[in-house]
Amino acid sequence: MNVMGRPEKRGRFGEFGGVYVPESLIAACSELEEAFESSWVDPEFRSEYYRILSNYAGRPTPLTFVKRLSEKLGVDVFFKREDLNHTGSHKINNVIGQALLTKRMGKKRIIAETGAGQHGVATATAAALFGLDATVFMGEVDVKRQELNVFRMKLLGTEVVSVSSGSKTLKDAINEAMRDWVANVESTHYCIGSVMGPHPYPYMVREFQRIIGDEAQAQFEQEIGGDPDFVVACVGGGSNAAGTFAGFASKENTRLVGVEPLGGAAIGRGSPGIVHGMRTMLLQDEFGQVSEAQSVSAGLDYPGVGPEHSFLHSIGRAEYYQVNDDEVLEATMVLSQSEGIIPALEPAHAVAWVLREAGKIIPNGSKVVITMSGRGDKDASVVAELLKDRLA
Amino acid sequence: MTLSLSSRLDLAKSSSKKILVPYITGGLGGDWLEVLDAVVAAGADAVEIGIPFSDPIMDGPVIQEASQRAIESGATPSSILGALAKQSFGAPLAIMTYFNIVHHAGLERFAGWLDEASVGGVVLPDLPIEEMGEWRAVGKAHGIETVQLVAPTTPDSRAKMLCKEAEGFVYAVGTMGVTGVRSTLSESATLIGSRLRGFSEKPVLIGIGVSNPQQAKEAARSSDGVIVGSALVGRLLAGEGPDGAFKFVAELRSALDELS
Repeated sequence: MNVMGRPEKRGRFGEFGGVYVPESLIAACSELEEAFESSWVDPEFRSEYYRILSNYAGRPTPLTFVKRLSEKLGVDVFFKREDLNHTGSHKINNVIGQALLTKRMGKKRIIAETGAGQHGVATATAAALFGLDATVFMGEVDVKRQELNVFRMKLLGTEVVSVSSGSKTLKDAINEAMRDWVANVESTHYCIGSVMGPHPYPYMVREFQRIIGDEAQAQFEQEIGGDPDFVVACVGGGSNAAGTFAGFASKENTRLVGVEPLGGAAIGRGSPGIVHGMRTMLLQDEFGQVSEAQSVSAGLDYPGVGPEHSFLHSIGRAEYYQVNDDEVLEATMVLSQSEGIIPALEPAHAVAWVLREAGKIIPNGSKVVITMSGRGDKDASVVAELLKDRLA
Repeated sequence: MTLSLSSRLDLAKSSSKKILVPYITGGLGGDWLEVLDAVVAAGADAVEIGIPFSDPIMDGPVIQEASQRAIESGATPSSILGALAKQSFGAPLAIMTYFNIVHHAGLERFAGWLDEASVGGVVLPDLPIEEMGEWRAVGKAHGIETVQLVAPTTPDSRAKMLCKEAEGFVYAVGTMGVTGVRSTLSESATLIGSRLRGFSEKPVLIGIGVSNPQQAKEAARSSDGVIVGSALVGRLLAGEGPDGAFKFVAELRSALDELS
C-alpha cells in the first residue's frame, strides 16, 4: 500500500488535513484543485515543469557521499544536495510548479509568506522569470534576522511586507498573506511555501517536492544499490521532508525520520488543532490559542506542521524527533569543517540528529540519506553572532 | 431562557423592520458587559460576541487588536461565556469565533457552555459547510443555530444550498476582504444582498465593510439588515466605552428605521 498516495476526499490524510477556510476562499481552493489535478496529468505541463527545473534551476541535484563525516560517525551518510539548486534551497521546486499554475489560471499576481526568506526568494525569482507581480509577507522578527534574503527579494522586484502582528514570525506572515488573498483572490494566487494550508496545498506542494525523493531514490539505487536504512529531513511545515519521504515511503526497510526544532515541535509537543486552513498537530495553550514557536532557525519557527506529517506520525510510518538550538549550531560547525558544506540552519537540524544518534538509534554501518535542503549563506550573520566566541 | 436568533430576527423580517446586529469583542476592557447592555438598549436586534483567537485570518487590524488586547487581559472562552451566563440580555446573542477554539474545548463541552450562557447561535468563519457536519449535529442537539456565510465569490448553486442550510440568518459577506472600516460601501454588498434575498427565507444580513449609518442604510436597502463590527470596536478601542457604543448604535438604528 502506498501510504503517500492521494489524500482522501477534501484533502484528508486520516483525521488530518481538510479545507478550513472562509467561504470567500472556497471557490479559489476549488479552482486551484482543478488546475493542479488537470495539469499534473498533462504531459505538456509536466515537461515544461521539468524543463525549467533542469535548465533554469539546475536539477538534478547530486547525491553526495560525505566521507569524513561518515568515518567519524561509523555510518554511511549521503546528502541530497538541494542546497545546490538555483536560489539556494529546495523551495524553487514548488514555486516553479505554482508559478506555472498561476499562469494557467490566468492570474497576474502571486503572494507568499516566508520565514527564513528562502521561499520568499524563490517566489520572487519565479515572479521575475514569469513576469508576475509579487508580494511577500515576512514577520518583523524575520525581516531583521534574514536581512540578506530581504534584499534579494527587493532586488528581484518583489514587494516585501513586514508583518508586525502577533509573534511577528512565520505564522503571522501566513495570517497576513491569507488576509491579502481573501481581498484579492480573483487576481492573485497564494503560493504557499510548504505542505500546509487547506487542500489542495499539502498534497500539491508534496507532489511538486517529490522530485527530491524520487531523484534520491533512483540515485541511491543506481550508485549504491538497494535502499537506505534511514532517510532524514528537517520539519517545520515539512515540505522538503514530505518531498523526500514520498520517494521512499513504499520502501518498507527504510525508516523515515523528520527532525523538528525543540522550540517548534508541533508533533513532539503539540496536539490536534485547526489553523491556517488545516487540521494538524499544533502547539497551543489550554484554551486553543496558538503558541509562539521559538527556534534559532526562522524557517522552522512555526507552531504547526503539514497535515500529512501528522498522519505519517499517527500511523507510525515516519518518526519525528527533536534537536535543540545548541545541537544545531554544533552540527553547522562540524559539517562546515569536515565537509566544506555550510548548511542552512534548517537542514542542520537533520544533521544534528544524525550526529547525536549515530551508534544509538542509528546502528553502526547504517546507510543514511539526509536532505540538505538549503545552503547557509542566508544565516551567516545569525550564526556569526552565535559562534563569535568559538570562531574568534 | 435562551433567545434564539430566529425567534427575534424572523419577527423583525416579517414586520419589514431592518435588522441591526452589532459585534463586540468579548472580554475587551473591564466594561464589556456594560457595552453589551448599551448596544441592546440602543436598539440591537441581536448581538454578535467575539471570542478572541490568536490567529484571526478573517479579521482586519481593528478586530485583531481588540482580540489581542482581550487575550492579554486574560479573556478565555470560558471566562467570556461564564460572564454571559450570569446575566440576561434583552436580545439574542450569537458567538463569533474560529473553529480551533471550539475544537480545542471539545464540541460537546463548548455547546454546553453556550447553552448555559443562553447563547442562541454561532458564526464560525473558518468552518465551511463541508467540514461542519459534526458541529451542526452537536449544536442542534443543544438548540444552537449555526449561521452560514455566503461570499461574493460563492456561485449561485452553492449560495442556494448555503441559504437553505442556514440557521438564524444568512451572513452575506459584503466585500472580498477581511473585517474592517471602509470609506465607501462596496458595490458587491448591494449585489450580494439582492442575490441572496432571492434564495433565502431566512433574513439576509450584510456584514464586513459596513462602517457608518449611511452605509448601513445603503446596505439594508438590498437586504434585511446589517452587521457592524470594526466601526463599533474601533470606538471601544479608542476608549469611548458604553456611552460611545450606545450613541453609535442608536445612530445606526435610526438610519435603518428610516427604511422601515
